[in-house]
Parts: sequence; structure tokens; C-alpha cells
Amino acid sequence: MSITVSQVNKNFGDFVALQDINLDIPTGQLTALLGPSGGGKSTLLRIIAGLENADSGSITISGREATHLPAQKRNVGFVFQHYAAFKHMTVAKNIAFGLEIRKLPKARIKEKVDSLLELVHLTQFAGRLPAQLSGGQRQRMALARALAIEPSVLLLDEPFGALDAKVRKELRDWLRRLHDEVHVTTLFVTHDQEEALEVADNIVVINQGRVEQVGTPDELYDQPANDFVLGFLGPVTEFQGRLVRPHDLEIFRIETPGSVAGRIVRSTRVGFEVRLEVQLQATPEAPPVNVVVTRGEARSLGLTVGGTVFLGLQPALV
Amino acid sequence: MADTSWSTGLTTGPTAGVTDAPARHGSPTDQQSTIRPGVTPPATASVPVKPSTRNRKAGGAGRNGGGHVVRILLRLLVIGYLFFLVVWPVSLVVLRTFAPVNDTGGFDAFLTRISDPAFGYAFGLTLTAALWAVGLNAVFGLGISLLLVRYSFPGRRLLSALVDLPMSVSPVVVGLALVLAYSSNQGWFGPLLESLDWQIIFSTPGIVLATTFVSLPLVIREIVPVLQEIGTEQELAARSLGAGAVQTFLRITLPAIKWALVYGVVLSLARALGEFGAVKIVSQGASFNGETATLLVANRYGNFDEASAYAAAFLLVLIAITALVVVTILRPSKEHRS
Repeated sequence: MSITVSQVNKNFGDFVALQDINLDIPTGQLTALLGPSGGGKSTLLRIIAGLENADSGSITISGREATHLPAQKRNVGFVFQHYAAFKHMTVAKNIAFGLEIRKLPKARIKEKVDSLLELVHLTQFAGRLPAQLSGGQRQRMALARALAIEPSVLLLDEPFGALDAKVRKELRDWLRRLHDEVHVTTLFVTHDQEEALEVADNIVVINQGRVEQVGTPDELYDQPANDFVLGFLGPVTEFQGRLVRPHDLEIFRIETPGSVAGRIVRSTRVGFEVRLEVQLQATPEAPPVNVVVTRGEARSLGLTVGGTVFLGLQPALV
Repeated sequence: MADTSWSTGLTTGPTAGVTDAPARHGSPTDQQSTIRPGVTPPATASVPVKPSTRNRKAGGAGRNGGGHVVRILLRLLVIGYLFFLVVWPVSLVVLRTFAPVNDTGGFDAFLTRISDPAFGYAFGLTLTAALWAVGLNAVFGLGISLLLVRYSFPGRRLLSALVDLPMSVSPVVVGLALVLAYSSNQGWFGPLLESLDWQIIFSTPGIVLATTFVSLPLVIREIVPVLQEIGTEQELAARSLGAGAVQTFLRITLPAIKWALVYGVVLSLARALGEFGAVKIVSQGASFNGETATLLVANRYGNFDEASAYAAAFLLVLIAITALVVVTILRPSKEHRS
């Protein structure tokens, strides 16, 4: 295990940030710490990096007891949400920082910086100051700077949180490809479930200072441990007293065994999918059930607002 | 992202757009739009300014006429205020410095007056005290600023308020307080100072002490807001990259607050050179015996040697203005770079 967290607790005054956290982060994988804001995931990351101290518990990094090691001795690469670029240094100097601190020979530093610049596609920006870069470029510089010290683990704190949606998506794909190239154990914090599902090998769901579930994206999505994980990883709707995903409901125009009748009260088309709100006849006071179908299905079944439909669970889920 | 706003951005920031271009050819996906958001802000920030200034010029007499008049009135008010309060009186000192007195005047007379050995002594003493004060306040000011911004401890707000005290208390009171505390025959150190036969009050250390006291807040008040603004992330990043506390300070914190420190030092220097009230109390104030430049101005003026008083006053103004001009020249170049 690259990182082992055991029995970690952290309070800020009365606020319980982390409670009895036990985690093993596997070597060479990309793991996401996923959870709502204020759930404690960033605090955990900072404790692993040594930027914050736990009240109790211990941290082991690459088999080395690190609980009381200061940040500069942990050999951990840390990337901040707001880049934390050294504003008075050029891109190349930023990346060289950790190497200069380690007093590597100048030729060796230049060689490493050049190859890192290439890795993050910033070669032609080497002489620029961070202020002259875009957000995405700054974050790639910060990544190169963290990778330069050949860290035993790479920690990313909401690395794409400050970027706009399109850049965020591109950087996310790029991070995945980069990780497949570099293979450094990576732990990144995000509150975006789509980001975690798309990029991570493993996901740790953290809520209110506790670990809710650990698993692969598929495990978490298909076998959520509880309603919180189910609700956090994707859209849910209540159908006959249980929470299900809107796309796990089947919709018919004629009554079939096990289905219940309802009326379409709203229909919203978003790209290739159509989101329907169906008011069940049996429970007219309850909130409508959400169903998602493809545009083709909606068209072939002639699903329009006001129409009567029958809803049932997909056979696999019954 | 709005392609249109980006293309208007090209007109205001052509260098960013042009130099970014090869990047898009180089790597297919991620470069393409990561470049844009960085270019957009300067464009959207600078574009709206143009139409509004154009509007004002075009419809000056019409809709925007009221704003126009107010602006001119405000300018006149500020310029008038500064002129009658600062520029005019100070310029009179300059004029008087070179005005003929008893048939001698002009630059030669001025040179003769300032080559008086008492002038040399006075300005030497003032510079000594000012340099000590500035040096001490730069070092301790930096320390106190870091303490105030980077650490939270009980009494932090009290300390912050205390730091401003030297600016709010009259320098004469400061002088009296220092006399009570550091005279040879009283205070905590009185007996020790007496046994060592070391005099603080009525000698140079007393003048240094008084000057340091009154210029204490200037460095701190310059550095604190900058420290607050840069935050701790860069320092934390340096730590995680392996830098120790000293390396982080020298390589990250100090470069970031460098200009605030320089500006604070210059302000302190100007304040220290001009200190009068506190020094008046703690110094003997006689020629060649604790007479600083400001005391010399007062003494000469009181002794009906107005010409010398104006000459010394002119020198003080000259030094202060030089210091401020040097910093003003340095400052924009700094903003230009960042």
C-alpha cells in the first residue's frame, strides 16, 4: 500500500472534520476522494501531505511512518486548487524549484525541466511568468512542478475546480493519460462525481468526516453501500418506496405485470436523452417519479406531456 | 466559451493570441481551449472601458454633462487643496532658501551656509539615527508583520492595535516616556546604565530610540496587507517541494513582499529624517551636541538666523522628495512586470 491512513481524527473547534478514518490507497493507481464540500476530504489530503496535523491516528507513506514528519520531508507532490504558482518565477523556474532545493547539478535540472515541460505541453511557455498563462496552463505547470521531485505519491486538491467546464473536462482526460504514462500513486480530491467516475481507478466516498464506501467506479455505481452513495454518484428518484436511478425504470404504453399507471406531467429534452416526470395515479400527493429515456424511445413510444404510461423496474433490479 | 469575446480580445492583447497559436498546432485537444480562458479576462476587462470613454467624449454636453462637470470640479478641489496645503508653502521654503539676505543670496550663499560644520554634524546625526531606525524597523517590522498575519495567538488584535500607537501618540509624549524609562537614574535599567556609565537619554542612542519608536508602524502597515493578499498557498507549495522554513522565506515570501518592504523603508526613512518632537525631549539639542537637522532648523530659526534655517529645511525636503521619487520610479516597473 502506498498510503495507509489509520484511526485519523481531526476537529476544528467543535466541528468534527474527520472521524476514525481508515484507508489504504493502492500503489500506482489513481484514487479519487469524493464527497460534498465540507465533508473533510481536503482536510484528509492535507493531513497526508503534512500541511495539517491530525489530532490522533497515523499516516504511513510508502511503508514509512510519516505521522510526525514535516511536509518538506514527506516527498509528496501537492497540487492546489488555485495553482499556488510562484508568481515571481518563470514556468521553468517554478518546475525547477524542488530540484534546486535538492541541490541537483544544473545540467541535470535543465534536462529534467525540459522533459517535464514537454510532458505537460508547456515547452514554448518556459520563459513566461505564471500571470501570462491561462488557468489550465498554470495547473499543468503546477503538476509538472509536483512531479519534478519524483514524489512517492501525488496529491491533487480539487485540481480542476477553478477552471471552466470545458477546460476541466479536457484536463481530466489529460490527467488520465498522464497517469497511464507516469504511474505515480495519485490521490485527488473532487466533489464532482462525474470527474471521479471518469478518471479514477478507485473511489473513496467521504461524507461528514466519515468514509461511506470504497470501491471501483463500477462497484460504487452498481452496488452503492447506502442511499447517500447512491444519491451522490448519480441522479435518483423514489419509486414505490425505494430509491432507484431514473434510467433503471422501464416505461410502457400498455399495462404489463408489475407496472403501475401514471401520467407524464413534464418532459425535458437534454441532448440525446429525455427526462420525464411521471405522476403515479396511486399516489397523487407524492412528488412525481423521474424517468430518463433516449430520444429514440420517447419518439417511438410517443411519450408526450399528459399521456398515460406504465412504469416498472428493470427486471434485473426487481 | 464565447469565441467572439476572445476575438475582440485579440485586438487588445495581440501578443497573447499570436504566441499561443503554435500551441494549438502542437497538441490536438487540451491546448486548444485551455489557452482561451487566460486570454479572455484581459480582453473583457479592457474592452468595456473604451465604449464608455467614447460615449463621454461624444455626448459630453448632453447626458454625461453632469458627470463631466463633477469630475472637473473634483479635480480642481483636489488640486487646490494640495496646492494650498503642500505645494505652495513648501515651494516658498525653496524660494526663500535662495533669496538674497543682507545682499548675499542665490546658490553660492546657500552653499556657504550648508558648509557650516554644524550642518555637517546635524545631518550626520540625523542620518545615523534614521539609518538605525530604518534598519531596526525593517527587521522587527518584518518579524511583527509575519507574526500578525501568519500566526493566530491570544492578544493578536491587541498587538495589532499597539503597533499603531506610535503613529497616534504625539511624539513629544513619546519623548517624555522614553526619558522616564531610560534615564540613567530611573527605570528598570537605571542602576545598570549608571554603573556602566552608559547614557541613553541625552545622547545618540536616545535619539535612535525616539526615531525608531515613531517610525515603527510604517514598515508593518506596508507589509501586512501584501502578506494577507499573497496567502499561504505558495509557502505551503514550497514546503511540500522540500523547502525548509528559511528557504521558503528567502525564496518565496521575501520576493513577494520585496516592494512593500522597500516602500515601507522609504516611508520610514522620510519619517525618521523629519522627526522633531520626540528628539527634542531626549536630546541635549545644542550645536555639536545632539543637534539633529530638524533641531538645527528650529534653533537657527529661533536665533534669528532664518537663512540657515531655510537652507537646512530645503535639504530635508530635498532628501525626502528624492527618496519618494526613487520609489515612484521603481514602483510602476514592478506593476508592469506582474
